[in-house]
Amino acid sequence: MSRKLIRGGRVIDPANGIDAIADVWIQDGGIDAITSVREESDADIDWRDTEIINASGKIVCPGFIDTHVSLREPGYEEDESTATGTAAALAGGFTTIAAQSDTCPVVDNRSAAEFIRLQAERARNCRVYPLGAVTKESKGEELAEIGQLVQGGAIGFSDAKSPVANSEVMRRALEYTRMFNRPILHFAMVPELSEGGVIHEGFQATRLGLRGIPAAAQDIMTGRDIALAELTGGRVHLMCVTTADSVERIRRAQAAGIAVTADVTPHHLLLTDEVMDSFDTMYKCNPPLRSAEHVQALIAGLKDGTLSAITADHQPLAFEKKQVELDIAPFGICGIETLLPVCVKALIEPGHLTWSELISRLTVGPAAVLGLKHGTLSTGQPADVTVIDPEEQWTVKASEFRSRSRNTPFDGKVFTGRVVMTLVDGEIRYQKGVSVPCS
Amino acid sequence: MSPAAKTLPLLRKSGQQVRGELNGIADADRFALEAGKWQSRAKWRLMVLNNLPVSGPWGERHLLGLERLSAEQLTTVLDLAEHYDRATFGGTQRLDVLKGVVVANLFFENSTRTRTSFSLAARRLGADTVDFTASSSSLSKGETFIDTALTIEAMGVDMVVCRHRTPGAPHLLARHLKASVLNAGDGTHEHPTQGLLDIYTIRKARGRISGLTVALVGDIRHSRVARSNIHGLVKLGARVIVCGPATLIPSDITRMGVEIAYSLDDILPEVDCVNLLRVQFERQRGAFFPSIPEYANLFGMNGDRIRRGKSDLLVLAPGPINRGVELTPDVADGPHSLILNQVSNGLLVRMACLTLLTQERRRLQGGEA
Repeated sequence: MSRKLIRGGRVIDPANGIDAIADVWIQDGGIDAITSVREESDADIDWRDTEIINASGKIVCPGFIDTHVSLREPGYEEDESTATGTAAALAGGFTTIAAQSDTCPVVDNRSAAEFIRLQAERARNCRVYPLGAVTKESKGEELAEIGQLVQGGAIGFSDAKSPVANSEVMRRALEYTRMFNRPILHFAMVPELSEGGVIHEGFQATRLGLRGIPAAAQDIMTGRDIALAELTGGRVHLMCVTTADSVERIRRAQAAGIAVTADVTPHHLLLTDEVMDSFDTMYKCNPPLRSAEHVQALIAGLKDGTLSAITADHQPLAFEKKQVELDIAPFGICGIETLLPVCVKALIEPGHLTWSELISRLTVGPAAVLGLKHGTLSTGQPADVTVIDPEEQWTVKASEFRSRSRNTPFDGKVFTGRVVMTLVDGEIRYQKGVSVPCS
Repeated sequence: MSPAAKTLPLLRKSGQQVRGELNGIADADRFALEAGKWQSRAKWRLMVLNNLPVSGPWGERHLLGLERLSAEQLTTVLDLAEHYDRATFGGTQRLDVLKGVVVANLFFENSTRTRTSFSLAARRLGADTVDFTASSSSLSKGETFIDTALTIEAMGVDMVVCRHRTPGAPHLLARHLKASVLNAGDGTHEHPTQGLLDIYTIRKARGRISGLTVALVGDIRHSRVARSNIHGLVKLGARVIVCGPATLIPSDITRMGVEIAYSLDDILPEVDCVNLLRVQFERQRGAFFPSIPEYANLFGMNGDRIRRGKSDLLVLAPGPINRGVELTPDVADGPHSLILNQVSNGLLVRMACLTLLTQERRRLQGGEA
């Protein structure tokens, strides 16, 4: 019998509409109760064997959930491993992640999915659910063994950053996944329009002479995916929405009852394409950083719930891979450890979102996308809890990342708000300043 | 602009150790008058060294693009190029203002013309040059671009002239190297010395830039020459029109201060100078226009168009020219053409850039000591 009390924090549990100073009681790894703040003089409580965590001045909320995290194992261990990626997730406040299928070989068969789960169990950090590939080798041609992937634990299907460009293949995938009630997480991008591009197509691309990726490349595919979701009744989740028109299309589709959800990354909310005049490869991500009017539309979409989830779109890349010319550098930002502070700067500080709204996009939103029960502090749920210091000012130091990679544009930048503790199954798996060796 | 940059110390004259200070721009006319009095080569050198008109603002350690230069800085380069033009009889006299300086030409993209021009410019100023030509992609060699550059720098190089197919590659070098970096063309971004030599050529022909109307014709999208021309010309007060197939005019280019025209014939009567940009077939992804004859028909400069333009229309082309595409041979070789002047002027402008960068470098080193 183990008992923990997270005491006196501001408990925010969007699923249950809670935002109050309260105590969170954890019994045997599960949430026991949320009560008003109790004093040690209270005689009706048995204080023996209760481990007390003082959360005064902190925010206590359900552990975050990320709908797609690139763990890079097997095949790209120079970038990340399951152990380092999940440790990084904990440091970012995440207790549950879906592992992207873009490993080598691709997770397009049952044993590959089981390997991800096995490595996650060995790492014993956060919960990991594999995503299976939609098509064999993510080539967009033939369906992967979706049924067997489900048996192997695949929680959803995604070809990662490879769009399923063939509409007939996508149609069949949406129909087929309906049988298993699993979503397809799609990267909506027309390959012919985005090929060779490194930056948002617009004034900055023109000025810097960099090949652009037009907003239309995403909008067209978003429109197609919505039409196919309507046609088939399948569930499509659009990853990394970055354009105003895509947000509007998704908003209208949701109003029409079509099963489409979408997520957005913190860097697309904080940064615009103007940073590209540094020619710094750290800013190179896919989709590219867009212009200010798109950022405004993303924030509006996040606020009204059109975009129900925020994802770090964690793309760890070994140091040397980014130390090259801009056009040959790979896309991606190692972002899971800096997600919260970047969100605070982009959303909380300007007053766009309340803490409760932000936490909802990191918990109940992604949980609904993946069909998970996690993401709440309801009694009886596993005690996956994140404790945040909303006032702490700190400087991001990439050299201290738990991720194996350091490719962040935020290195050396000062932020407010930090994850100070992460619990999974009632066990403290991450604590700020306490280094836990990877098992 | 630091105050120190306004009164730059003169370049060290190696051997004789002649140092001098000059405040104010050298009076080129006085200079020209006195030219007759000076006959011997040695006396010429002394005169040139003692009269470098470099009191204009500069203060740049690298030359990465014209976007970041002010109108005053641009004028400093043009004035120095003009000075070299007069003082060296069009660049034919050899000086030794850069004696002891090692200039490395780091060309990751083929270019015989620009590399030769830079080499000659450096040698005319007495610098040593080393040429390094690599395959276009760093990855294909197994050594990264930065490692290659660091290796060359470690051999004692003071200045790196870099040509690369990736926009921003010289900026990457500038962050990693101690040497001064001179952008000799980075992909479709900028080609500052080409921009400067085009502007210099126009200024020499017309005596001014301000108030002139310049049309950049052709493949604007893939042209680094267009971008450098736009930044320089707009800052110096010219009206700039970009003209070409709609597929080759990139988004929002009007925000760079230019006008867009799709018909060359419509704008021809208003234009003082046309700069005919090469169609960069090698940078194009797929076809941007239906056929070469159609392009030549709509945007090629031919004798007929010359007759319909202003009588003193200037025709520039950064080259290498595709005869029959951007312009017909009669135009290329005709009286309006300044194409070969551009090549000669390129040498002078590059001499000016190398001088200014070396001067700034020495100033900074003096400050450190």
